[in-house]
Amino acid sequence: MAQAEPLLRAIDVHKKFGDVEVLKGIDIDVHKGEVLAIIGSSGSGKTTFLRCINLLEEFHQGEIQVDGERIGYTAGTHKRLGEAAIAAQRARIGMVFQSFNLFPHMTAEQNVTLGLVKVQGRKKEEAVEIARRWLDRVGLTERRDHYPYQLSGGQQQRVAIARAVAMEPKLVLFDEVTSALDPELVAEVLAVVQDLAKSGMTMLIVSHEMSFVRAVSTRVVFMEQGRIAEQGPPEELFTQPKSERLAAFIGRFAGRAH
Amino acid sequence: MFSFEPGTFLFEAWDARYQLMAGLAVTAQLSVLTIVSGSIAGMIGGIGLTYGPWPIRFLLRVYVDAVRGIPVLVLILFSYYGLALFGIQISAFTAGVVALGGFCAAHMSETVRGSLESIPAGQTEAAKAIGLRFGQRLRYVLLPQAIRRLLPPWVNTAVEMVKGTTLLSIIGVVELLLATQQTIARNYLILQFYFAAGMLYVLVNFTISQLGALLERRTAHLRY
Ligand SMILES: Nc1ncnc2c1ncn2[C@@H]1O[C@H](COP(=O)(O)OP(=O)(O)OP(=O)(O)O)[C@@H](O)[C@H]1O
Ligand SMILES: [Mg+2]
Repeated sequence: MAQAEPLLRAIDVHKKFGDVEVLKGIDIDVHKGEVLAIIGSSGSGKTTFLRCINLLEEFHQGEIQVDGERIGYTAGTHKRLGEAAIAAQRARIGMVFQSFNLFPHMTAEQNVTLGLVKVQGRKKEEAVEIARRWLDRVGLTERRDHYPYQLSGGQQQRVAIARAVAMEPKLVLFDEVTSALDPELVAEVLAVVQDLAKSGMTMLIVSHEMSFVRAVSTRVVFMEQGRIAEQGPPEELFTQPKSERLAAFIGRFAGRAH
Repeated sequence: MFSFEPGTFLFEAWDARYQLMAGLAVTAQLSVLTIVSGSIAGMIGGIGLTYGPWPIRFLLRVYVDAVRGIPVLVLILFSYYGLALFGIQISAFTAGVVALGGFCAAHMSETVRGSLESIPAGQTEAAKAIGLRFGQRLRYVLLPQAIRRLLPPWVNTAVEMVKGTTLLSIIGVVELLLATQQTIARNYLILQFYFAAGMLYVLVNFTISQLGALLERRTAHLRY
C-alpha cells in the first residue's frame, strides 16, 4: 500500500459536541480504489467522522485532506471556508444516508439530475442521460418517473446511491445505508454497493452488516470511543482480532444472518 | 314582492351601485396589495428567521412578536397618525397598506419559518451533500416543500387580511364597508345593506379559499 498521495487523509481529527469529545484524534489515509469499512459499537463516532469529511459537521482540531486539498478550512489556519468553496468541495464527495433523504417533490430521475444540472452545470439532456444510465445500473430503469413515496425503501436507497455516484465523486461515504430497511430489502442495496465497490470506486462504508463488510472491504477500521482502535485487512481483523474489545464486538455479530 | 320603488332595497342598491362597486374595488385593491406585499416580505422574513445570522433573527423576532401582539387597529392608527408626527405624510390608503402589509408580513414570516423548520434536517443535508449552495438549497429543495405546508395557513392569513381592510374605514378609506355606511346614511336600510356587504366579503373570501384548495389539489401528488 506504499502508493503516492492518499485520496483521503485525516490528521488528528478532534470533534466535540459541547464538552463531550466524540472524536479523539482520528488519523487515517485512504488510497484511490480502497473500500474502507468502518465498524464499531454504537456511539463510537463513525457517523460523526463521515459527517466531518463531508463538512456536515465542523471539527475544531486536526485536518482532513481530499486529493491533497484541505477540506473545510483555509490551509494553515482553522478558519472555515466560505459557502461556495465548501459547496464545491462537497460536490466532489458523495454521501449516502441511512434515511435515504430523497427529495420528495422530485421523481427518481429528477433527484439524480438536480446536482448534475445545478452544481455541475451540465445540459439537461446530458444530465438525463447520465441519470438514466445510473438508474439502470442500480436496477431502477422502470422507476425513474416515480416519486419517492411510490418506491420501496430499498428502491429509494438505490436512487439515493445513484444520486450520489452520478456526480462522479472522488470518494463516496455510506453511513449504515441498510439499517433503516426491512430485512428482505437489505440484500438488493448491498448488491448495488458491492457492484460499485468492484468497479474501483473509493468508498468509506459504515456498516453493521459484518458478512457484507468482510466480503466487500479492502480494509476494516474498528472504532472505539472516538479513536481508531484497530485496523487491517478484513480476513485478519475478523479471524485474529488483537484487542479483546474487537473480539467481543465481532463475537456479538457472530451467528447473525448478515 | 319585488317592488322597485324608492326606499326598497333593490332600488336603493341599484341607485348606489357605482358607489358600492367603487368601495368593493378599493377593498380588492387593498387586499391584493397587502396580501402580495405581505407574502413577499413574509417569505423573506421567514427565511431570515430560520437561517439568518443571530442579529437578523433577533430583529425579526422582535418585529414579528411586536406586530403580532399589537391590535391591527392600533397599527393602522399608528401608521396614519403616528407617521405624520415624524413628518411622514401618507394618504390614508397608503397608511392602510403599510399597516396591513406589515401585519400580514409578520404572520407570514412566522408561517414560513414554521414550514421551513418542519422539513426534516436530512433534506438540507442531502442537498448540501450534492454540493448545492444555500440559495440553491432554498430554491430547489426547501421552498418547494415548504410551499405545500404553507398553503392552508396562507389562505387563513389572506382571509384575515380581506376582513382587516374594513378597519381602514376608521381612518376614512372609502372601502366597501365605509361605502356601505355612506349609502345607509342616505336610505336607512341598515340591515339589508350590511347583510349585502357581508355577503360580498364572504364571496371574496370564498374565492380565496377555493383558490387555495385548488393549489392544494395541484400539489396533492407530493405526499410527504
Ligand atoms: N448533534 C449531536 N449533538 C450532541 N451529541 C452528538 C450529536 N451527534 C452525535 N452525538 C454523540 O456523539 C457520539 C458519536 O455519535 P455517532 O453518531 O458518530 O456514533 P456512531 O458510531 O455513528 O453510532 P451508531 O452506530 O449508533 O450510528 C455519540 O455519543 C452521540 O451521542
Ligand atoms: Mg451512526
